[in-house]
Order: sequence, then structure tokens, then C-alpha cells
Amino acid sequence: MSMRFVDEYRERADMVHLSAEIERLSRGRRVKLMEVCGGHTHAIYKHGIQDLLPENVELVHGPGCPVCVIPMGRIDDAMAIARTPGVIFATYGDMMRVPSSHGSLLDAKADGADVRFIYSPLDALTLARNNPTKDVVFFAVGFETTAPSTAATLLRARDEGLDNFSIFCNHVTIIPAIKAILDSPGMQLDGFIGPGHVSTIIGLSPFEFIARDFGLPIVITGFEPADILQSVVMILRQLTDGPVRVENQYARVVRPDGNRRALEILSETMMLRAFFEWRGLGFISQSALALRPEFARFDAELRFAVPNLRVTDPKACQCGEVLKGVIKPWQCKVFGAACTPETPIGSCMVSPEGACAAYYNYGRYSLMRQGDAMAAPVSIASRGPAVLT
Amino acid sequence: MSSRIESSLPVQLGRMERARVVRDGEPRLRDTHITLSHGSGGKSSHALIESLILPAFRNPLLDGVADAAVFHAGQGNGRIAMTTDSYVVSPLFFPGGDIGKLAVHGTINDLAVAGARPLALSVGLILEEGLDMEILRRVIASMAEAASSAGVPVVTGDTKVVHRGKADQLFVNTTGVGIVEDSVRLGVDTIQPGDAVLVSGYIGDHGMAVMLAREALELEANIESDSAPLHTLVAALLAAAPNTRTIKDPTRGGVATTLNEIASRARVAIAIEEESVPVRQAVRGACEILGLDPLHIANEGKLVAIVPRAESEAALAALRAHPLGRDAAVVGNVQVDPAGMVLLRTGVGGSRVLDMLVGDPLPRIC
Repeated sequence: MSMRFVDEYRERADMVHLSAEIERLSRGRRVKLMEVCGGHTHAIYKHGIQDLLPENVELVHGPGCPVCVIPMGRIDDAMAIARTPGVIFATYGDMMRVPSSHGSLLDAKADGADVRFIYSPLDALTLARNNPTKDVVFFAVGFETTAPSTAATLLRARDEGLDNFSIFCNHVTIIPAIKAILDSPGMQLDGFIGPGHVSTIIGLSPFEFIARDFGLPIVITGFEPADILQSVVMILRQLTDGPVRVENQYARVVRPDGNRRALEILSETMMLRAFFEWRGLGFISQSALALRPEFARFDAELRFAVPNLRVTDPKACQCGEVLKGVIKPWQCKVFGAACTPETPIGSCMVSPEGACAAYYNYGRYSLMRQGDAMAAPVSIASRGPAVLT
Repeated sequence: MSSRIESSLPVQLGRMERARVVRDGEPRLRDTHITLSHGSGGKSSHALIESLILPAFRNPLLDGVADAAVFHAGQGNGRIAMTTDSYVVSPLFFPGGDIGKLAVHGTINDLAVAGARPLALSVGLILEEGLDMEILRRVIASMAEAASSAGVPVVTGDTKVVHRGKADQLFVNTTGVGIVEDSVRLGVDTIQPGDAVLVSGYIGDHGMAVMLAREALELEANIESDSAPLHTLVAALLAAAPNTRTIKDPTRGGVATTLNEIASRARVAIAIEEESVPVRQAVRGACEILGLDPLHIANEGKLVAIVPRAESEAALAALRAHPLGRDAAVVGNVQVDPAGMVLLRTGVGGSRVLDMLVGDPLPRIC
């Protein structure tokens, strides 16, 4: 028995067909595509999709892992709030293991801080209702995908008149990050595998500048193996036959206009920050969301004393270069040696959507096969440039 | 840029391999406090056990780190197997089982996968002040029923009560002893390249049933724990495939963690075909939604067996002929390279490393 919406996008025969089509369309040219979204990075490794691509088609991992782009200083702030007496600090499980400059939230919890992991911001609201003598703080992270549920929670907290609930808002927006990557010197991308989940909220038009100003294709893509391969086919067709534009491979979910209701509650509750620090990308203007002044009493940054300091990443950590697609995860000196999923130094090694964690958990074997191929002198000459995805 | 990459890949692989050998050889415990990951059954648990606990008690029986210790007692035939396990599952009751049934089955299974015929159990209870007597009554009745239908009596026990808040309702410890016939020779050191890897049925049922029983998820699916005593299934397997190399029950950390432990101890590679691993639709669906891998989800009524290729058909037939092994499957085989690793051939035809569980999707699953 097959599972609808899952198995129909995982048929091996379809994969073989798509894979052959990619080989045919790319005609041996080197093509470098960035998957913006961490969900894609995870899917690519989970399914071993790199094995289905010809060596000349390379996938580069982008900045779309929400856990990975939170700068260390914000984790320090989160730790400070979590350690405040009387606080219940509610967070998504992924954030528990991200290192701050002094341990992680998991360590803070073992130390006595009341840190709970939750699946939805509404769970945090329930915690607030059930613990009226405690201050419940929700650690809000994520792109436009998760921001609307934070917004809806905020509206409900206001309507219920809860006064022991607040939000530590770290929501970021994807477009400025893509623009920062396109503007960075040495950018060598040929196209984008566009973020499927974010697009369900913001729609297609915010991506138009990529084709218009930078002449690059972007295809909004679903998360099953066939989606990703089909998207590569669509990008290659644009590169071959033109015109370069925004295309929607994920039309079964993404509507061209996005989700208007979600955007409305977002703008009702949140506003753009003048600037925000992204791990590895530095400060990007108008790239993150803060609560509007009307919601100040729900704003944890105003309710609690947070250090609000910029903390430089550990020297050995090259998450920044990884997030910009400048280096492959394994090219970081500490990758797989000092920095592993059990002992992460950088955030990219924590989240299952992080390029380093995905690479370490799933990709090591293909790395080893490449290493073997390179160790044999004959094959170096015949191989040409290595494909390292 | 590509020439720089090509020259440094072997260097980086060497660095990773050295780090891996160091980690595998002598797991380092860097943490200053116990965190929940130390109880996950994954890598942190291993580091804790191997670097803090085992060294203190070092002896040849313990060093095998098997599910049960197996040793000679006196001059008679057969060896004694002994094991212990504590149960802290939350919630206490979940579809398909409860903490009491789990505590009986879990310990029977640790004996069973050591090749032992379970003889007797002890039960230790830690009760929180204020626990509803009706809850205790239900748990005890369930333990009694599980023990009697498995044919393994509870022969001794202990009860302690702690102040409110010092335990969460009720914790259970069970210890079990059994007899291993002299003919049974299980051990990862007997594993050979070419051996077949079998699982006895649908995986991930227990862990997913407990996860979904926690209301926080608000995900409804019809999944029941597979909690079951495996000793008769093991006996059937050993009768059909007497040269079975090793048997494990893939509890915390799931089949993936169990296979990694086997690959690491036997210094072999294990290759798994994702498509041949039996997973129920509902479990797969819940895993898709939660972003989990069924291979990392706990089981309480399944076994993983490594069997010589020549006996794999007989082993599979024997498992399938038993009510607890109807959906058994051969899921992969043992290879030489890369030693210590588990590889997965994915459904779409790619391949990847299948690692142990890191972190914990949800603690207190058993």
C-alpha cells in the first residue's frame, strides 16, 4: 500500500527518468544551484539525491536553516532569559542543543533552568495558562513559515489577556538573505531551488528580482525527491531555452499570491527590524521581525534584562562560509573531528536541516568514496572536477 | 577552487577518521551535568556508560556490554543469564501497553536476545507520595498478567515511597535471570561478511505510540505499542538457524542504533535496503510529519538478528511462522567496508550513512 503525497513522489522509475533528463539537459556543463531552504538540504541528504545527479550538477546549501542562522549572541540572550528565576522557557527541540558562548539550553536545563520543549507556540500559551505564577517565554525562531503561527499566538494571548506570556522574537525573512548572497563577491550560482514552505506564505512575486536583476532562474520546490529532481530539470530548461523567471514546481501547495491571511496577521503583530545579525552573513538590513509597539508587553526583549551583545563565533567554526555556500561543510577544519552532532561547535552541526549535520549524518560515505577515487592516481585524471555535494 | 578541494579531501577524511577512531575507542564524557541525552540510548548514553560507569565496575562479564550477562554457576549444564532494567515511561498508560507490561516484557527480552530461557523476575517499585491507588492497582495487574502469560514468575520485589515531586508517579525496575543452554553460541565476534540482517516485523510502533499518547502532539493515529515477550520467538529462530550470530532487541534509539552497535563491535559494515524495512503506514506518516526516521524509533516487541546467509531462509520462515514474527523481513547484509558503519540504500536509489540517534526526539519512552 502506498502513501499518498509521499510515495507518489518517490517512485524509483520516475527518479531514473528525471535523472536521465538532468544528464541530457546539462550536457556536461558545470551547473551550480543553491537550495535556499534547510528542508531541502535535509531531504537531499536523507534520500541520497546527490547520487542521482551527474557530477557536473552541483547543489550548494543556502542560508535557509532557521536554527543555523541565529547568531551566538541571541542564544546567549535566550540563556539569560531562561535562567531568570520564575521563568518557564519554551523552545522548539532543535534550539536546545545550539551552543551559546557558555553551553546550550540543554545544559541550562540540567543546571536547573525550567526549559520545556514544545511543538507549537500554542503549547507555550497552554503552559502560561496552566502556570499563572510563572513567566512563560516562547523562543520564536524561523522564517516566514513559522512567523504566522507566532503571530496567531500573540493575538490569542492578547485576546485572553494573559499577562505571564511573552515572546523572544527571532523571526527572520528569506528575501534579504538571498539578496545578500547574490550581492556577495565571488558569487557563482547558476540558479536557485526556491523555498517551498516560505513561499506558501509569501507567494511568488518577492522572488522576481532574482530573475529580473540577476538573470538567474528560481523554481519554488517541494520536499520530496521527485520534486527536487523535477525542479533541477525546470532550472536547466530555463538555462537552456529561457526565459529566466520564477517558476512554481510546488503548485500543489504554493499559491502564486501566498497566504494573504497569514501575511495580514504578520503585519498586524510584527514589523521589520532596521537590521539583524545573521550567523555568517553579518548584519543585514530589514531582514528580521520584531513585535510592534502595541504588543510591547508581550516582548521578552523589553520584559527581561538581556545582554544583547554581539558574540563572535568560535574561531575554528566556519558556519558563515558554509551558509553562504563558499565552502562545503567538510572543508571546515573542525568538521567531523572536533565538531560533530554530539559535540557541535557551530549551529550548522545541530539542526537536522543544517548543512553540516546533514552532511555528517548522511553524506560521509559518498565523501569517502570520493576520497578513495582521488587516492587512486588514474581516476584523478579521468574524473575532472569533483562534485562534492 | 576545485584543485584545492581535491587535494584536501583525503586530508580531511584522514582527520575525520582519526577523530572517529579516538571517539569509538574511548568515548569522552565532556558534560559536567547529566542531561536528558544521557538517557536517550544514543551516543551520549554510550559515552556516559563507557567512560564513567563501566570503568568503575570493570570485569570480564560486564565488559561484553551485552543485554544480559551470561556466566557459569557451579558445574551443571547451561549458563546463567542476568539482566536488569528500569522503566520511567511517561505517560504510564499508552495504546498497546503500560509501564508494568513494558517492565516485564523488556527484561524478558533482554534475557531472550542473550539466548536465555527466562526463569524468574524481580520487581522494584518507586512510588511518589500521592499516587492514586487505582493507578498502582492497574499497573500491578498488568504486570501480573504479562508475567503469567509469558510463563515467567515474579519471585521477589521491593517497594519504596518518595516525597511528592521526587519521582513522577511511579518508576519500575525489573531484574531477570534465565538459563542459556550450552549449545547456544551468540556473539557479535562470530559475524561474517555476507551474513543476512533480519528484523522480526514492523518497526517503530512502540516509540510512536508513546509519543502520540502525549497530548502535546495532538496528532491522532491508530498506532499501538508492540510490547511483547520475545523468548519463544528467539527459541524458534535458534531452532531453525542454530548458527545465528547475534540477536538484539532494538529499543531506545531504534533499529539504526542497534545496527550501529553491532557494526561497531564486530568491525564490519552493514548495508540496509530502506524499501525492505517493514514500517506501518501510520508510523511512516507520523514520522514524516514529525521529521523523524522510523529506524530511530524504539521497539519493545521486535528483534534484529544477524544470521549466516545459508540459514537466512530458514530463519525468515521460522520467524514468519511465529505470531510475533509474521511480518519479518531480510533487510540487508553484512559487508567488509566501511567497517563500523551502517549504510542505507534509500527508496529512490541513493545511498547514505545511517547513524545512531543523536539527541532524543522525546525522552522517557521506556
